Amino acid sequence: MLILHCPYCGVDAEESELAPGGEAHLKRFGPGSSDEDFEAYMFARKNPKGVHFERWRHAYGCGKWFLAARCTATLEVFGTYKAQNPRPHPDIVAAVKAKRPGWEGWK
Amino acid sequence: MGMRRYSMFAVAREALRFHAGWERAWKSPEPKSHYDVIVVGAGGHGLATAYYLGKVHGIRNVAVIEKGWLGGGNTGRNTTIIRSNYLQDPSAAIYEKARSLYEDLSQDLNYNVMFSPRGLLMLAQSEHERRGYQRTVYANNLQGIETEWITPQKVKELVPILNIEGPRYPVLGALYQERGGTARHDAVAWGYARGCSAMGMDIIQQCEVTGVRTEGGKVVGIDTTKGAIGCSKLAMVVAGHSSVLAEMAGFRLPIESMALQAWVSEPIKPAIDVVVMANLVHGYMSQSDKGELVIGGGTDGFNNYTQRGSWHHVEETTRALVETFPIISRLKMLRQWGGIVDMTGDRSPILSKTPVENIFVNCGWGTGGFKSIPGSGWAMAELVAKGEPGPLAAEFGLIRFREGRFIDESVAAGVAH
Repeated sequence: MLILHCPYCGVDAEESELAPGGEAHLKRFGPGSSDEDFEAYMFARKNPKGVHFERWRHAYGCGKWFLAARCTATLEVFGTYKAQNPRPHPDIVAAVKAKRPGWEGWK
Repeated sequence: MGMRRYSMFAVAREALRFHAGWERAWKSPEPKSHYDVIVVGAGGHGLATAYYLGKVHGIRNVAVIEKGWLGGGNTGRNTTIIRSNYLQDPSAAIYEKARSLYEDLSQDLNYNVMFSPRGLLMLAQSEHERRGYQRTVYANNLQGIETEWITPQKVKELVPILNIEGPRYPVLGALYQERGGTARHDAVAWGYARGCSAMGMDIIQQCEVTGVRTEGGKVVGIDTTKGAIGCSKLAMVVAGHSSVLAEMAGFRLPIESMALQAWVSEPIKPAIDVVVMANLVHGYMSQSDKGELVIGGGTDGFNNYTQRGSWHHVEETTRALVETFPIISRLKMLRQWGGIVDMTGDRSPILSKTPVENIFVNCGWGTGGFKSIPGSGWAMAELVAKGEPGPLAAEFGLIRFREGRFIDESVAAGVAH
């Protein structure tokens, strides 16, 4: 079972008390943007096989949204960090690079 | 050509010579340097695409490339259910095309796919479901698809082991498709593979695609673990790995890959001779010819490429089905497995041209892949052969996401994944 550490309340939460929220760090394109940008924001997803950054909510705990770095090919969790980070936290990036030396970095 | 047909006479002939004359069902050649069409993915959809390219459109210089073994992905991991009781017209059309091709697929392929139109029920266990399924019945009747609304008493007649009185979710009726059912999933892949091989196509297993070669916005070939192979057209039919392959070609898809699980009980004597879907409690069940109860549940909600799902789905679905079918409460689970399904936002597939010229994509079948194999292959072959979608594929292009013309089946199909 997937276990993620909630960076807000400090609980190691099991999957059944978490709600997945999809890809993290998407740049929002709203009214006034081009059709291409809006479509990409709404639908086009990295869906990578490997290192991935995601939004999660501690739904049956403190209720807060947070972010996680995870490997979709092995289900390994690299770490979690607060949702206020507009890009992956440097500590998380370092943790991923330590375990995946060939990783190209977050784009 | 040169495929020896299977028949009663062939069985008799081989019986008289110690079965020494059976040949391999398909050949395993080394790749040539160039093909008119390369289909990536030797699952049901990829093989059906290649088969109808040859049979309907006369394009036979075709290779089907597979990184693992033939039919080892979702084609070998589903619950083998076939139905076409969809709400939206484009979905109903392509799923019914598939279902109707299944009717005589064994004869067409000269390979027994064991199509069993045993009847399929979708239980209505809430007022919303009842209204939704009655609407689907009306829609299906207008679309020319035979479904009917049946009462709880008729449900009980068809499925005596079903508890229709609840207590929590009493059965209020069901959407019934009499010609829905199941087929032998591996045989579908094997039958198409044999048909492709007999037409002179190359099926190349254990050959992973590592790159897509383009020149001036056009595809010219692929790199694989068995070397570079040139092609004039490329069909990507790889379900859960569609995003990975699209990335190699330089575009993104509106796809999320997630794990979907199924499991079977220990085998028991015949107990249920229809397929029952209980979508409110999220489980579906049928009985295999071996006697195992085949059970499917829901997808995980997060991206996953591991072909393993989360355990709590098994528990939740089994718990719900024990309420629905009390006699199964003491059965042991025999085995469990997962496949990686390619989910789109509107839960409808993508059959489309792509930003790269002569690359075509067939994906997004999500949790509904097996039932659609023949129709998907038929429509994809037309798209690849002509370069433009035919009537079956027309509405399923990538452009629908930009234009907001979704084919919303996430609620209509009653499948809450």
